[in-house]
Amino acid sequence: MGEPLKFEASASPARDSLAGRVLAGHVPSAARVIRRLEDCDEEGREALAALYPKSGRAQIVGITGPPGAGKSTLVDQLIRTFRARDKTVAVLAIDPTSPFSGGAILGDRVRMQSHSVDKGVFIRSMATRGALGGLARAADDAAVVLDAMGFDLILVETVGVGQDELDIVKLAHTTLVVCLPGTGDAVQAIKAGIMEAADLFVLNKADLPGADQAEAHLITMLQLEMGESTRERRVLRTVAEKGEGVAELCDAVSDHDRDLRDSGEFEIRSAARSRHALFARLRDLAIERALAHIETSSELQATVEAVVRREQDPYRAAAALWASLRAAEEGVT
Amino acid sequence: MTTNTLRSDRPIRVLLAKLGLDAHTIGVTVIAKALRDAGMEVIYSGLKQTPQMVVATAIQEDVDVIGISSLSAAHMNHLPRVVELLREEGVDDKLILAGGVIPQEDGERLKAQGVAEVFTMGTETSAIAAYIESWWASR
Repeated sequence: MGEPLKFEASASPARDSLAGRVLAGHVPSAARVIRRLEDCDEEGREALAALYPKSGRAQIVGITGPPGAGKSTLVDQLIRTFRARDKTVAVLAIDPTSPFSGGAILGDRVRMQSHSVDKGVFIRSMATRGALGGLARAADDAAVVLDAMGFDLILVETVGVGQDELDIVKLAHTTLVVCLPGTGDAVQAIKAGIMEAADLFVLNKADLPGADQAEAHLITMLQLEMGESTRERRVLRTVAEKGEGVAELCDAVSDHDRDLRDSGEFEIRSAARSRHALFARLRDLAIERALAHIETSSELQATVEAVVRREQDPYRAAAALWASLRAAEEGVT
Repeated sequence: MTTNTLRSDRPIRVLLAKLGLDAHTIGVTVIAKALRDAGMEVIYSGLKQTPQMVVATAIQEDVDVIGISSLSAAHMNHLPRVVELLREEGVDDKLILAGGVIPQEDGERLKAQGVAEVFTMGTETSAIAAYIESWWASR
């Protein structure tokens, strides 16, 4: 064990710095910081260092669910209602990056454009850029920026998820799972893990046939889950297209925020998120470092070939490469 | 510490928007796909956009390129307004492109007013991607 690391509390950023302008509410600067963070640029990280201590106040609300459930339309309605209640709202709308080209078409904000000129609203489309958990790689960073800037709520719309993309739970204080009736078993698409993860279930398009059945099914599933949990989770019905049920949904989101803060759970969730972000960055660094070393060594190619020829298994091969990296680093220091 | 897979991707971001009451979406969809396939992140903001909406969106999304599609002759009113509003916001680092049904003499006037290039009907989508890439490389 070496000496514990010591950190100095960062001073307030200079007013004319990128971070200083973000704190003063300058929208183009916030957008630029997010871009730099998405691009893994040092300028973005420098700004984040100054913004991070100012963050931690906003309620982060995740909106997840299968494609076509109406997430974007629901977000549009949530913005409208929260704005009518004098809350400022930031949105991160996430769509997948094409694994083939690295490009993306980000179209979620089409449904939210009526809010684009509202100064109390900031909407940012983000591509996943290789992240697999339903979020963009820099979604957490972007949330820090907008939180520090002072938005009351940050709505994070995930990609249309299947059953396994649950990173939103680690980022959000409140997770909404949006599902819809008439897709056979409404719970089928959201079963694994998400029953535990959701804070509120939203049965959208509740004017479609099969809504009652889907709601009954959801409630049964929840009651089965509740055997082991004391958390109360509600099912709300909405017709986002018409704005029906949205006021009640906003009430539920705000109630959840108040309950979290009253019970101390808000801090617990925020702390879990911070730890998760730290470990994610640590993992990135370890991988960057390992690859930087290994890519320049002739060892990698030989090891890859050994694994391809099945002379060595991936576990032992990785362990050997790691040992050689450690040896090289000790040689340097 | 710069050689790694995590830093290599910095895609060009492009906003594609339709101004005014024009409801033709096929062209803009084809272009969106072509630019995505060229590795760009394309933000599509939909129909019936005002110049104010386009500018607010371009700023919030921090795009590099703004592509305006016009098939309804609204370009002569709205496009110069986009350029003007961007200047008012102090934003001067974005490439502004126009495409669609734009007569040559309108095109010349738009170029004089700050639109970098005008792509008329029949332009190959690859030419648009190539134009953006060469602008990006020469910045």
